[in-house]
Formats: sequence, C-alpha cells, structure tokens
Amino acid sequence: MATETHGEAEVGLVFHPMDQFQVTSLFGADKVEWFTITNVTLWMGLTVLAIVFLMVFGARGRALIPTRSQSIAELAYGFIYKMVEDVTGKDGIVFFPYIMTLFMFIVVANFLGLLPMAFTTTSHIAVTAVMAMAVFLAVTILGFVKNGFGFLGVFWISSAPLILRPILALIEVISYFVRPVSHSIRLAGNMMAGHAVIKVFAAFAPLVLISTGIGLVVTPLSILAITAIYALEVLVAFIQAYVFAILTCVYLRDALHPHH
Amino acid sequence: MTGDIVQMGAYIGAGLACTGMGGAAVGVGHVVGNFLSGALRNPSAAGGQTATMFIGIAFAEALGIFSFLVALLLMFAV
Repeated sequence: MATETHGEAEVGLVFHPMDQFQVTSLFGADKVEWFTITNVTLWMGLTVLAIVFLMVFGARGRALIPTRSQSIAELAYGFIYKMVEDVTGKDGIVFFPYIMTLFMFIVVANFLGLLPMAFTTTSHIAVTAVMAMAVFLAVTILGFVKNGFGFLGVFWISSAPLILRPILALIEVISYFVRPVSHSIRLAGNMMAGHAVIKVFAAFAPLVLISTGIGLVVTPLSILAITAIYALEVLVAFIQAYVFAILTCVYLRDALHPHH
Repeated sequence: MTGDIVQMGAYIGAGLACTGMGGAAVGVGHVVGNFLSGALRNPSAAGGQTATMFIGIAFAEALGIFSFLVALLLMFAV
C-alpha cells in the first residue's frame, strides 16, 4: 500500500493518517531534490524564527523584573543549565550552547507541529537521525581527543566480576553503537505516533455528517479523544525534547569521564 | 505470494507487533511506581532523582516505540 495522497471517495479513512508526514515542494516543483524549498524548510525556518523571537528579542530588555518573554527565556536557560551542570559536571558546561540549541530546536519544532495544519519536522527520521549522528560523532571524537585510547575504558565495567567483564564489554560495544539508532528513533517515533493517532481520531470526527444515527455517538467521543490525545502530545513534546537533551548530556559525561 | 495474501500478512503482522507496546507500558509503570514508592519514603531526596526517572522512562518507552514503528511500517509501507 503506497503512501500517496488518498482521495475522498474511499470507503475507509477519509484522512489517511500518514499523509501529514509527506514532504512536498512549496513552489510547485514536481520532484523534491536536495535544493527544493519544501514544507520542511518552511517549518524549520519558522522554528528558528520562533526561537530568535523568544530568546533574542524577548530577553533584549534585560530588565531586573523580567517581562513575560524574558521570564520564559530565563526559565529555559536556567533549566537546561542546571541539567547540564548536574549530569556532565563542571567540565561539561563548555558544551552548554550545543545542548541548549538541541533542546530549544526540538521543543519549539515539536510545539509548532502541534498547531493545526502544521508539519512536524522532528517526526522524520531524516531530521532526528542527523541530530543523533552529530551527537554520536561529537561524543566519540571528544572521547578520543580527551582521553586517547583510555576512552575504550568506557566499555570495561570495573564494578563487575572479572569473569563477566569480556562478555559485558561486548554487550557494551554493541549498545554503544545502537545509541544513535535509539536516540533518533525515540524522538521520531514519538512524534509520528502521536500525530498519526490524532489523525486517526480525526478521521472519525466528521461521521455525524455522513450518517447521523451513529454519528451522534461517535463524533463527540472522537472530539473528546482528540482533545485528550492532544494534551498528552503537548506533554510528550516537552518530555521528548528533555529526554533527547539529557541523554546527550549522559553520553557527553561518558566521553569526559570514561572510567566507571 | 502476491497481492491479497501479502496484504493480509502485513495487517496481521501489524496487529501482532502492537503487543510489544504492552511490555513498554508495564516497564514505564514499573519505573514510575518504584520512583513513587521511594519518593514517598524520602521526599527530600526525590527531587534530585527526577532526572534519572525520566531517563529510565525514555529507555523503557523507546522499545515500545520501536514496536509501534514496526506496526506502522507494516501497515503503510509494505
């Protein structure tokens, strides 16, 4: 079953739940090349604009008693600063701008995707895999630069019995290479799952217009379900951004202090 | 095998793949339940470990998301 856009005259779902994830060109080109301006470009640009408006223009006044935007910007800054300091320690604070960029991009992209008719850029593996690969490469290169070959000590669990250590080392190596996979799929899967579920409930919502009898029962229930899932998605949007950032901090701590 | 049987196999597989999410739900509930019982015994130490709880939730939920991804792939991309 190909995921092309589906017509209206189907007997099944009127809105196909996966249509919202299609990457389409904005200015009429038929084929999406690497240089085409697509809806992904638009929504990523809007994400960056929103972050700039919040952090740069919002906090520009630097008032002692903060305005609302300055207060939100300071809250986000302090929250992430505290998290980076707690998890990676004092020598990890150097990486705070990177973690802050990751967190702000993901949280604003997730929230913007919740607007009606919006496109969630972080629901695509292409987007999250690049971010996760960047984290993985940065952490690995940093580990070897800072610790030399002592970085391989991250696989040698010295708190385990000596007999188990080679087997544990093999398991640790495998799980180290699975990290970018799980890091990226967690965010993309959560976003795609949430929006697909909302779309599935939305497909049931106009039933009262088609068959009034059962529609009078199904339509209010589906609207309630959409509201509940939407509230859950707001929570998940924030939590997934926080989890991405805090796992990046955990991997950074492993690179900076590899000895267990 | 072509056509309808492949479709049927894909749909049945998608339904079977959804059972993985039950394991994820149990896992996440386990993590949060243990955190709650520990936090109610020692409330002052609970604040510092909320970050660890979220990391645990993320790891437990990720595998449920993987199984949901398999279900979605079977439904819409096969």
